[in-house]
Amino acid sequence: MRIGVFICWCGSNIAGTVDVESLSEKAKFLPDVYYSEDVKYMCSEIGQESIKKAIKEQKLERVVIGSCSPRMHEETFQEVLKDSGLNPYYVEIANLREQCSWVHDEGEETTQKAFELVEKAVAKIRFAKPLTTETLPVTKRALVVGGGIAGIQSALDIAEAGYEVDLVENTPSLGGRMAQLDKTFPTLDCSACILTPKMVEASSHPNIRLLTYAEIEDVSGFVGNFDIKIRQKAKSIDHDKCTGCGDCTEKCPAKIDNEFEEDKEIRKAVYTPFPQAVPNKPVIDRDNCRYFQKGKCKVCQKVCPAEAVDYEQEDEIIEERYGGVILATGFDQLKPEGWEEFGYGAHPDVITSLELERMFNSSGPTGGKVVCPSTGREPKRVVFIQCVGSRDKNKGNAYCSKVCCLYTAKHTLLLKEKLPDTESFVFYIDIRTAGKSYEEFYERARSTGAKYLKGHVSKVETDGKELLVRSYDNSIGEQIEVEADLVVLASAIKAKGTTEGLAQMFGATGDKDGFLSEAHPKLKPVETQTAGVFLAGACQGPNDIPDTVGQAGAAASKIIGLFNRGEVESLPTTAEVDASICSGCLKCEPVCPVGAISSEQIEEKVPGGVVTRQVAGVNNALCRGCGACTAACRNGAMNLKGYTHRELLAEVDNL
Amino acid sequence: MIKIAAFCCNWCSYAGADLCGSSRLKYPADIRIIRVPCSSRVDASLVLRAFQKGADGVMVNGCHPGDCHYVSGNYHTRRRMALLKNLLKFMGLDDERLEVNWISGSEAGKFQQTVLDFTDKINKLGPAEEMRDMRCQKPS
Ligand code: SF4
Ligand code: SF4
Repeated sequence: MRIGVFICWCGSNIAGTVDVESLSEKAKFLPDVYYSEDVKYMCSEIGQESIKKAIKEQKLERVVIGSCSPRMHEETFQEVLKDSGLNPYYVEIANLREQCSWVHDEGEETTQKAFELVEKAVAKIRFAKPLTTETLPVTKRALVVGGGIAGIQSALDIAEAGYEVDLVENTPSLGGRMAQLDKTFPTLDCSACILTPKMVEASSHPNIRLLTYAEIEDVSGFVGNFDIKIRQKAKSIDHDKCTGCGDCTEKCPAKIDNEFEEDKEIRKAVYTPFPQAVPNKPVIDRDNCRYFQKGKCKVCQKVCPAEAVDYEQEDEIIEERYGGVILATGFDQLKPEGWEEFGYGAHPDVITSLELERMFNSSGPTGGKVVCPSTGREPKRVVFIQCVGSRDKNKGNAYCSKVCCLYTAKHTLLLKEKLPDTESFVFYIDIRTAGKSYEEFYERARSTGAKYLKGHVSKVETDGKELLVRSYDNSIGEQIEVEADLVVLASAIKAKGTTEGLAQMFGATGDKDGFLSEAHPKLKPVETQTAGVFLAGACQGPNDIPDTVGQAGAAASKIIGLFNRGEVESLPTTAEVDASICSGCLKCEPVCPVGAISSEQIEEKVPGGVVTRQVAGVNNALCRGCGACTAACRNGAMNLKGYTHRELLAEVDNL
Repeated sequence: MIKIAAFCCNWCSYAGADLCGSSRLKYPADIRIIRVPCSSRVDASLVLRAFQKGADGVMVNGCHPGDCHYVSGNYHTRRRMALLKNLLKFMGLDDERLEVNWISGSEAGKFQQTVLDFTDKINKLGPAEEMRDMRCQKPS
């Protein structure tokens, strides 16, 4: 066997702490190593060429590369081998950068460890077997979870490319957070005016099936063919009959906090979330409906002219197969209830920015008037507090919520427009305005008269009536106090609690803050760890509308690319049974998370005839390659390709 | 010098180790990471062989329970390693030398801390001679 070893300098990333030249010299003496060299940048065109050249000239059969993490460039090097006519899985990577040079200091010990990592990789590759993949057809139907602007945009992009999309939203209407906004920065477009046409377009597009008031129930399968169960919650209203007249809503006696109005208004138990809702037909919220809770009422049924109310309706399970999925589940805004310093919840005139947003809106709880909730009178002085729960390691989130600086600037401008005599103060730590035309917008807000004060607010004090904002003013280096009629908290954008369970079903991982993790922060921003599952919008982290729409398009294009290809390669590293050793105990079967193992009958020649006996069989199309079965088999009959007993033992033997 | 074998699942703890690297968080060089797709791939023979071949401590690192890339793999790991610890004790090896940890792909700091704590512990326990097969020692 002829093994070639290639050690990457990675500029100074590896060469700075590891003596790469001596390493590649020493590697020549490892068993079966026939050739070795060190290269400045292995992943570069030149680096890749040098591997190809060596494979050809030195007739190499296996390759070991000492470089960055295999999670980074394994595929790159597999391609190189493929181009050179070798089995692509004849390459093994020693992780010399992330797990050696970057975590240890320069010195002999680090170079020695690097050598041992190469030695371990060589030991493993000596036992490698050629692996193959099969191509499997892709179901050309996409699932988009979340009906906010991210989901709507992705669904439209995919639908426009000619593929069918199911758009699932768990509330009764499309729109998401963007529908709650009054105007959007930096253009001050009316949010509903730009969003509503998109909602209508999505709902009427021939390639889009809209499933509102629906939730994902179960997920199985893998890229190209996900089998997904969706629970269509009972709407209790027959939407085919309903004309959307609204009589039921008007007469319904139940009164519930309206979540769309940030609980500052009431809604009924039979309701459409907001006037421009799509679909514009009500549902009955059974948890709050008098009939469903107490068994008496049925007012809506009595008043409905279309006889559309149907209390007997049941949840329906829709089962469908999808080639790819986009998660676009959005965000929540932190409500700093019980945080004493800001007085939110303790004093009605301390509100969140989203509550103010609803106040600005002409269909909001105040009909578009900005008032102090305690008195209903116009405020004379409004204090905005930035970074509530953001950039605050002690109590809130360490991250920056990205949009608050700009929406506060927007709020001061809108306030100036509505109430020219009202003063605005903005307490901030830093102002961050990265984005096209954002800095100009912020300057406009400042020059329009909002007073910006740099300082961290220590307390919003109240004697039950007046509000007093106490802060340190960095510019003069003194404590200051500002009396306020209304305090608006730019409180943090946080991950939606409900996203976690959903992500788990799709095998997508969350980051430390609960947002969904992209597969690579720079190079795979909309991919997840699960092939075929993509992300768009604020479920991935705080985001503004332009970036969200951009991400949605990117995620959609990934799905379109997948559908255009029409097929996916199966996993090469699946489990395999050695039927001659398998005793047929099927201990492996229950541990398999995807049900890829079942019993098979084989015929076996024995002295004096042929017997039929049971063994385990692995369905390669289903197997996801975890290896649970391999570890469960007491006979050593099950093996995971690419991570066989032989290969892993070789690694352990060369620790 | 002690030696630690760390089996890390590709999706969480191996990614966490990578992030630890990109964040330039340091830890001692005694550790050798072996990449497996899922912690459930780690069977008893791999752990026992590691002790036999000179490891003084073995870590099996996986995704947090409930977060397994393969849904349920790490639950198998948890049970298997609990049993294996008993076996180690029975064989006369300090079962502290085997550790199971849950480290996600975003927990660079936790990865570092776990390695620091474990190396510290193993250093205190000293080399594990109980199961070591001197015949298969690498010349050093
Ligand atoms: S592969 Fe192993 S565990 Fe599965 S049935 Fe065969 S012997 Fe039993
Ligand atoms: S490796 Fe085994 S347990 Fe894992 S998915 Fe494949 S068949 Fe199932």
